[in-house]
Amino acid sequence: MNEPKDLIDIPEESRLYKTLFYISIPMVIIALYLSFIYAPVERTMGVVQKIFYFHVASAWVAFFAFFIVCVFSIMYLVKRSRIYDVIAGVSAEIGVVYTAIVLITGPIWARSAWNTWWTWEPRLTTTLILFFMYIAYIMIRKMDGAWEKKARLASVFGIISFINVPIVFMSIRWWNTKLHPVVFGEGSDQVGGGLEPEMLVALIFSVFTMTVLYFVFLQKGIYIEKLKIQTDRLKEKMQERMIS
Amino acid sequence: MNNLFKAAFIIAGKDLYSEWKTKQVVTTMLIFSGLVIVTFSFAFDPTNNTVRAIIPGLIWVITIFAAILGLNRSFLSETKNDNLFGMIVSPTDPSSIYLGKVIANFIFVLIVQLVSIPVLFILFDFQFIGHLPLFIAVVILGTFGFISVGTFLAGLASNSRSSEMLLPILLFPVVSPIIIAAVQATRILLIDIDQIASAISWIQLMGVYNLIFFVLCLVLFEYVLEV
Repeated sequence: MNEPKDLIDIPEESRLYKTLFYISIPMVIIALYLSFIYAPVERTMGVVQKIFYFHVASAWVAFFAFFIVCVFSIMYLVKRSRIYDVIAGVSAEIGVVYTAIVLITGPIWARSAWNTWWTWEPRLTTTLILFFMYIAYIMIRKMDGAWEKKARLASVFGIISFINVPIVFMSIRWWNTKLHPVVFGEGSDQVGGGLEPEMLVALIFSVFTMTVLYFVFLQKGIYIEKLKIQTDRLKEKMQERMIS
Repeated sequence: MNNLFKAAFIIAGKDLYSEWKTKQVVTTMLIFSGLVIVTFSFAFDPTNNTVRAIIPGLIWVITIFAAILGLNRSFLSETKNDNLFGMIVSPTDPSSIYLGKVIANFIFVLIVQLVSIPVLFILFDFQFIGHLPLFIAVVILGTFGFISVGTFLAGLASNSRSSEMLLPILLFPVVSPIIIAAVQATRILLIDIDQIASAISWIQLMGVYNLIFFVLCLVLFEYVLEV
């Protein structure tokens, strides 16, 4: 069993952050151009379909963020280095934001596409449960106590809930297909098969942009967390000096 | 390995014995499940024939909410006199503490179900025509899955001062597959017996879920109880 290590270097904006930040600005502009002007308007759904580019991209990032949480949770439990815990926590926070975006844009799109705000379809329900699991994860992190304890418990929960996601998806799919188990094969495909090449370009580009944005936020979040830790340390030092 | 089970049985025996002496948890759970049934009879008119369709859901709602009461107690009762700390430093595997707690909680919830499910059937005038052995298997599998994850997360939440509030929030999203599977399988076995084949596949899903999470919790429990 490794001892928990509080190895946080003195914070400094990383060069990776700066590079990613300056790459992301033109990428966001291009993504907006591609999805609003370049891609044709969908025939049946109209302009509302434009939300699809951000909806799908956010959904992808939300799941990716949770994957990162799981990876860094395992790494924390093995290496016990505080930086892994910081990364997992920041990733979960970004994940909540993106999942919220998915859950808000989804019903807006669904209203015009399926004529209903919500259906208990596997992907939707899984995203909702994922959202609740993220919130539970953050609640563990906001618990009282020392950081070692919170980091350890949050890591354990991060692993458990990530493993749970595919099981949730499978079980809801079984439930939803009127009890005839579908083990493999496609579900109800929301994209609807034929996607215009321009649309596909816009989609792929916006997914890519969102991923870059995720890393920008991740770098910024880690920086902020490090600053917080540094502030706490300085406060502690100050208190010690005032007492003595 | 042998040692693991021996310690687990000792811990489970201790919990069951102290429960036998105080009768605190099971009594509370039983009264609570009775109250839930009464509340449901106000919410859904028992004389109405369509209420048959919600009986499977009711069984699991009662189980879940009654079990949460017991799960909250199972680790909080150990914090008095630092009993939990004593267990951690004792020369046993942390997994055996988990296993012992699972066994004890599982028995508590089974006792509650043994009383509350027949009471539910009587009060809602439900004629049982389904497949009894399979129904019992579903109840046992579903309860075991719920309890094995629940005990683990109760141990996790017990590190916090506000663990009673934390536990349901942690637990419900994680156990959602087992709840879906258990409710669906129960529904088929109680009111839709023709589709028994899909009940079997739900039971298989529950078996797989139980296996994955039981092993996972057993392995990860040592991280939950670290000092």
